[in-house]
Amino acid sequence: MAEIVLDQVTKRYPDGALAVQEVNLEIADGEFIILVGPSGCGKSTTLNMIAGLEDITDGELRIGGQRVNEKAPKDRDIAMVFQSYALYPHMTVKENMAFPLRLAKVDNATVEKKVKEAAEILDLSQHLDRKPSNLSGGQRQRVAMGRAIVRSPKAFLMDEPLSNLDAKLRVQMRTSVSRLQKQLGTTTVYVTHDQTEAMTLGDRVVVMRGGVVQQIGAPQFLYEQPANLFVAGFIGSPSMNFVPATLENGALRSVIGDVALTDRVRQLIEGADAPREVILGIRPEHFEDASLVEPAKLSAGGKFTSQVDVLESMGSDKYAYFNLTGEQAASAELQELAADAGSDDVPGDGISLVTRLSSASSAVEGASADIWFDADKVQLFDPSNGRNLTYTER
Amino acid sequence: MAGIGGAETPAKKWGWGVLNTVVVIYALLPVLWIVSLSFKSSKTLADGNFIPREWSLENYQNIFSTSEFTRALINSIGIAIIATAIAVVFGTMAAYAIARLDFPGKNLLVGVSLLIAMFPQVSLVSPLFEIERSLGLFDTWPGLILPYITFALPLAIYTLSAFFREIPWELEKAAKMDGATPGQAFRRVIAPLAAPGVFTTAILVFIFCWNDFLFAISLTSTEQSRTVPVALSFFTGSSQFEDPAGSIAAAAVVITIPIILFVLFFQRRIVAGLTSGAVKG
Repeated sequence: MAEIVLDQVTKRYPDGALAVQEVNLEIADGEFIILVGPSGCGKSTTLNMIAGLEDITDGELRIGGQRVNEKAPKDRDIAMVFQSYALYPHMTVKENMAFPLRLAKVDNATVEKKVKEAAEILDLSQHLDRKPSNLSGGQRQRVAMGRAIVRSPKAFLMDEPLSNLDAKLRVQMRTSVSRLQKQLGTTTVYVTHDQTEAMTLGDRVVVMRGGVVQQIGAPQFLYEQPANLFVAGFIGSPSMNFVPATLENGALRSVIGDVALTDRVRQLIEGADAPREVILGIRPEHFEDASLVEPAKLSAGGKFTSQVDVLESMGSDKYAYFNLTGEQAASAELQELAADAGSDDVPGDGISLVTRLSSASSAVEGASADIWFDADKVQLFDPSNGRNLTYTER
Repeated sequence: MAGIGGAETPAKKWGWGVLNTVVVIYALLPVLWIVSLSFKSSKTLADGNFIPREWSLENYQNIFSTSEFTRALINSIGIAIIATAIAVVFGTMAAYAIARLDFPGKNLLVGVSLLIAMFPQVSLVSPLFEIERSLGLFDTWPGLILPYITFALPLAIYTLSAFFREIPWELEKAAKMDGATPGQAFRRVIAPLAAPGVFTTAILVFIFCWNDFLFAISLTSTEQSRTVPVALSFFTGSSQFEDPAGSIAAAAVVITIPIILFVLFFQRRIVAGLTSGAVKG
């Protein structure tokens, strides 16, 4: 076990393409850290550099206080779980798990013991003599985990280990990965493009975009205080709503209603030198059916009336979708997020809005509804660079 | 399976069955004819019966009674095995590099090896003859092994690089992460998985060397290095009126046996889908 430090780590390919740019990251001993971002953001490259499968162009990587830039993967004492599992098809489950120990020339008795322990932890004991081709996806995934844990390495690296599983199994394995990591207390770096995994698994999350770290922090902090539009739009499901808005005399005007800025928001944007035209971001749960809001609170927020486009009742909540007329909020970050989600080519103009209403709401699909939002929960972004104007370290 | 031609009707099944039988008979009849000839005695050799009326081992005794054939057999086995071993070893390394690495001149290497494979061998016979005579390689084992390797290597590189490409690269990365040196990763992970490819290639190369007649007849002159296909052509009867067809048939049967053994021995290893289960499939 050890801490991992990335000091200005950069990866530049021979053709000049910059895959990862000056990543600074200190991963504490035993920490579970998530690298997340859309495809091509450099998260896997970063992981491969930690693993030693790719050279580091610039900067320094230290594991347990020692510079390891020049060390081969086998001398770094870290284990990796691959997206494809990469099990050796000609070996049985037992031989697969024993392989790292055999290479380390561990004596037979110890190998037997360690493999048995790992198999028990992962519930693989009855499959030890089978070949990977005879295992289900979930079992293969567990063998891959087993191969990583048998030799008690300094750190685990996981490259989207759950993305090949079907949805139900993924949720199951997610909890068992988390449990396993807590149980073993081994430093873990986990790469995913799935923001739910990022939110639920990690002690801290690193959001990357185009090879650059956007923000590092605890999942809840990233959710509440995204540093920029990209993080705001990436973290959270359904994602944050973005609406173009205008700041005028301490008031915020937009298609979802005009509101006076609360003191908290005003203080933050005064310090941030906000432009007149901003992008207003607000999460679905900060909306409510206006008829269910206490009259005292009603004035502390904005209100709009529109026809409910689609209504999804989840039992505990209702998700109401609206399509408001007006210009969509435009910025490079939002475009990239839309492209990653595959929604950039979905036709539709106007502003689409997702709101989460209480299940007591009487909103009906196709009918008009009065929707209120909490003015204190708005986040304001600078459209030119995506910076969060209401960001605070707290 | 059934999708291509629509439903599988009995008529269709019969049609295919008949067609298959015709093809098999067409392919095997000459072979069986040779086998039949080899067991006929010299008197009944030309009687035109498919099943010998008089079974005899006379022809087999004849060919093994002189050194002409036995010596050629030893030459053939030795030359083919050495050439195969060398071609497969070098071919494996080259194919691995081509499948895995990006190095300058890679396309050139592939192109040149393809060019060699395409080159009409007959146009090389005279220059090779001259070269080998001046180098003292004429009528020696190396004199045949060298050209065989030259022509077998492109074949080996081609088949093997296709096999290496099939092996997921992540397996090698995984082996590295598990603490293997590049050598260990190759020996314990890649080589076992590439084995079917290596054996397939070995069989192809062996058959190529074993069957060659052109180089063998042009670059040899004595029993010292003459291979079986050539020796066969030198078979004569004990007098000029005796037909050597029986001996030739027997020798042909004998030299087919190693090939059959070779294929039977290795076919178990040539199991497709060995890599299934390595990655999610």
